[in-house]
Amino acid sequence: MNALHALPEWAAILVALCLLAGALITLAGTIGLTRFPTFYQRIHAPTLGTSFGAAFILVASMIYFSVSEARPVLHELLILIFVTITTPITLMLLARAALYRDRAEGHDVAADAVEAERGETTGH
Amino acid sequence: MTSTILSLAISTSQLVLGIAMCLSCWRLIKGPRAQDRVLALDSLYLNAMLMLVTFGISTSQTIYFEAALVIGLLSFVATAALAKFLMRGEVIE
Repeated sequence: MNALHALPEWAAILVALCLLAGALITLAGTIGLTRFPTFYQRIHAPTLGTSFGAAFILVASMIYFSVSEARPVLHELLILIFVTITTPITLMLLARAALYRDRAEGHDVAADAVEAERGETTGH
Repeated sequence: MTSTILSLAISTSQLVLGIAMCLSCWRLIKGPRAQDRVLALDSLYLNAMLMLVTFGISTSQTIYFEAALVIGLLSFVATAALAKFLMRGEVIE
């Protein structure tokens, strides 16, 4: 931790808030991944981390390096753009593969979803 | 003062991301099916990438940025290949 540069107060507070927000949003997405009952609900949860979690942490990194080196350091945008573009592609491929596997085994996904919904509302 | 705030925030966010990685590992081990494991692996890649970015901030070195970029690329390739494998039974036809 000794290698931390001394930042002006506004920058340090901004970086700290962005880091904490990003980490907590990512944790919320991962808790959703472990807690939701079906795969088609679980696949939505980690996208919290890939959209806003990654954005906040990468913005914190951009602010930190820009202020400490006194020049604009924007190369974290590369990761942000790449993650934003690739996440929908991979998750759509994965959801289609899961749907194909469920149908090949004879599961009716829509009927299971209705059943789960009914079970939740009656409290089972 | 400001570096105390910053180092506290960095270690807290590393702890939180570590908990997130543990939860992803739990889903990776528990399953119950192959697509859940692939999803958990994708989430684990993302958490590791964000963890490397926080390491980069705490050591003030930009070398961690390149490692994070490589992990992001690997995450895309690995998840796309595994989804293709689940769909077709082989990766390269």
